[in-house]
Amino acid sequence: MSQEAILFKGIDEPGLNTLEVYKRRGGYGDVFRKALSTPRDALVTELVESGLRGRGGAGFSMGKKASFMPKGAMDKYLVCNADESEPGTFKDRELMTKSPHMLIEGMIIGAYAAGATRSFIYIRGEYAQQADILDAAVAEAYADGLLGKHILGSDHSLEMLVHRGAGAYICGEETGLLDSLEGKRGNPRLKPPFPANQGLYQGPTLINNVETLATIPHILGMGAAEYAKIGVENSTGTKLISVSGHVKRPGNYEIELGMPVREILYDLCGGIEGDREVKFYFPGGSSSPVLTGDDLDLPYDFDSMAKAGSMLGSGAIIVVDDQTSVVDVCLKLAQFYKHESCGKCTPCREGTQWTVKMLERIIAGTATPMDLDIMASVQTQIIGNCLCVLGDAMAMPVGSMIEKFRPEFEAYIEEARARSERELIASLEEPGEVPLVGSLV
Amino acid sequence: MSEGTAAENVGTTGLPEGDLTLGQHVGSGEIPRYEGGSRTPGWDDPVDLTKDPAVIPDPADCPVPEELRAEIERHMALYPDARSASIPALMAAQKVHVWCSPTAIEQVACVMRLTPGYLAAVATFYDMLETSPVGRHRVYVCTNISCSLRGADELLLRVQEETAGDPDFNVRGFECLGACDIAPMASVDDVYVGPVELDEVPDLVAQIRAGTEVLPEKQIIRRKSVDPNAVSTS
Ligand SMILES: Cc1cc2nc3c(=O)[nH]c(=O)nc-3n(C[C@H](O)[C@H](O)[C@H](O)COP(=O)(O)O)c2cc1C
Ligand code: SF4
Ligand code: FES
Repeated sequence: MSQEAILFKGIDEPGLNTLEVYKRRGGYGDVFRKALSTPRDALVTELVESGLRGRGGAGFSMGKKASFMPKGAMDKYLVCNADESEPGTFKDRELMTKSPHMLIEGMIIGAYAAGATRSFIYIRGEYAQQADILDAAVAEAYADGLLGKHILGSDHSLEMLVHRGAGAYICGEETGLLDSLEGKRGNPRLKPPFPANQGLYQGPTLINNVETLATIPHILGMGAAEYAKIGVENSTGTKLISVSGHVKRPGNYEIELGMPVREILYDLCGGIEGDREVKFYFPGGSSSPVLTGDDLDLPYDFDSMAKAGSMLGSGAIIVVDDQTSVVDVCLKLAQFYKHESCGKCTPCREGTQWTVKMLERIIAGTATPMDLDIMASVQTQIIGNCLCVLGDAMAMPVGSMIEKFRPEFEAYIEEARARSERELIASLEEPGEVPLVGSLV
Repeated sequence: MSEGTAAENVGTTGLPEGDLTLGQHVGSGEIPRYEGGSRTPGWDDPVDLTKDPAVIPDPADCPVPEELRAEIERHMALYPDARSASIPALMAAQKVHVWCSPTAIEQVACVMRLTPGYLAAVATFYDMLETSPVGRHRVYVCTNISCSLRGADELLLRVQEETAGDPDFNVRGFECLGACDIAPMASVDDVYVGPVELDEVPDLVAQIRAGTEVLPEKQIIRRKSVDPNAVSTS
């Protein structure tokens, strides 16, 4: 397995964010022109055959999703999901900063394949610098006839707008995103209807991640069959991965899917900080169940991660070393989902709140071992019982931590209890203090 | 994001702190309550039921700064449905008023022809829209997992100390900002910097006060995407 450079090829070339340099490197060239004169069905077939799976988290076949778009004359939309709020993920930021035209070119072709004539890039509001870069790139593309009516004299017309969010993880969930883009609170919608049938402004809508869309020109450039040769079965192509936490070189890397995790962490990222050991890692963003230091030889691809009980998700690996307490990480994680739960459904809204409360109790030394079982059961009651998967996105990793590190949780509970009792007794022994009845709860 | 400000006051014990009619001690029999008597956060600030709901403001008695009006109208024209402009419009108003004050919301409501209630509902949903008064310099210190593994909690404390008492600052712990490669990091008025060392904080704060570029060497925009040291052996 090797490090392949497709999306990241020459990514650091100065000025790549401008149309001039992008075009000099072959952007919006023959491949682009040819795509816009290829019949739509043939284009969709090519995308299906490439095996490209969505890079935003769910890993659904990009071509298949495009094929769900209904035919016929009506307002159809393409929405690029640039919300990138999954903790640990920062790859789309890199693409948008360095090569915004790669995304725009992919969107123009993607919109053509899906029959969409209006497109939006929903970017998280915190990425203001990237949104400015995209705004400038979109303006350049309009001025050059690459966007607007009859692109380069073809039948295809496309409007494109960069829409800035204002800080809400749930707006990365595709239907929450649509509500937010319609100017509402970003509450997820009940599915079905799926966005391909009834999405933005009730029209058929194709939603894809930045990386997914930016890959399209490369697939057409090398041909679907060639692209499908990269990677492994069911996980074709390259993947941008964001590695963070306790590695020596945190950053974005482009790998051929199927590279062993150990190679990613030790060769690309230079190993673990202080040459310590990996205790556990999140293989696909904070929403993925954790894997441990024993799972480092797994190939990094969709199926292997699923088989190991986790998921590849957005391709964000968060590494935690053996000096860190699993309880502390668990609390950070639960706090995030508690804060981001939109509150629409009870298991998620209450489950995230109670998980945080129970973890705080564990840390404060007022929990009993039974609380651990209650906490674990809260997770199983969330899974599968919510409107969107944000609830599951907390319950799965928290459940996996309790399952894999139960002795550590139990020891933590005992130690924290002993500590808080010692502190209490010490405070009672101070002269002048009146003992409090019932304080040893 | 779904709860009000009182929820932010819930400390590590899970019990509310701050402006509460709090009983003496945990376990002393007194149950801590929020103002208004509720035990759960979010109900401490009840709506005034004697008032009628605010209606769409009449342009005649809702003056809107000309530039703000023009900007909101520009955003509205960009979408098939003008209502899609609610976030950009609130952001624009926040730029003028520093936070989404009742006046700011009223002005957006007036231009967009929406009720203030609708816009307040939107504003309370999103982290970047402030629904209580804040300082004008936004310093978001990421305290999510990857940053906290690299010292983000200490960084936040340090920044809070350094800016304590300065009403110009809005220092917040924030969820993952999508820059874990430069952990621990902060977004300073939309400019991402990191990794921020604790001893760099005084410089950083001084630069914000002086209005100069913040930690120029540490800005993410200058960071290379590909690490030349990263090579795979097989
Ligand atoms: C809570 C939640 C947050 C999500 N956040 C993102 C995100 O930030 N970016 C993204 O591309 N997809 C995100 N997704 C996945 C999207 O719902 C959707 O599957 C994806 O954008 C589809 O694009 P793809 O097929 O190209 O991956 C999120 C999903 C959930 C449930
Ligand atoms: S699972 Fe959570 S985030 Fe998703 S709709 Fe329900 S309450 Fe909202
Ligand atoms: S955890 Fe801090 S930027 Fe991601």
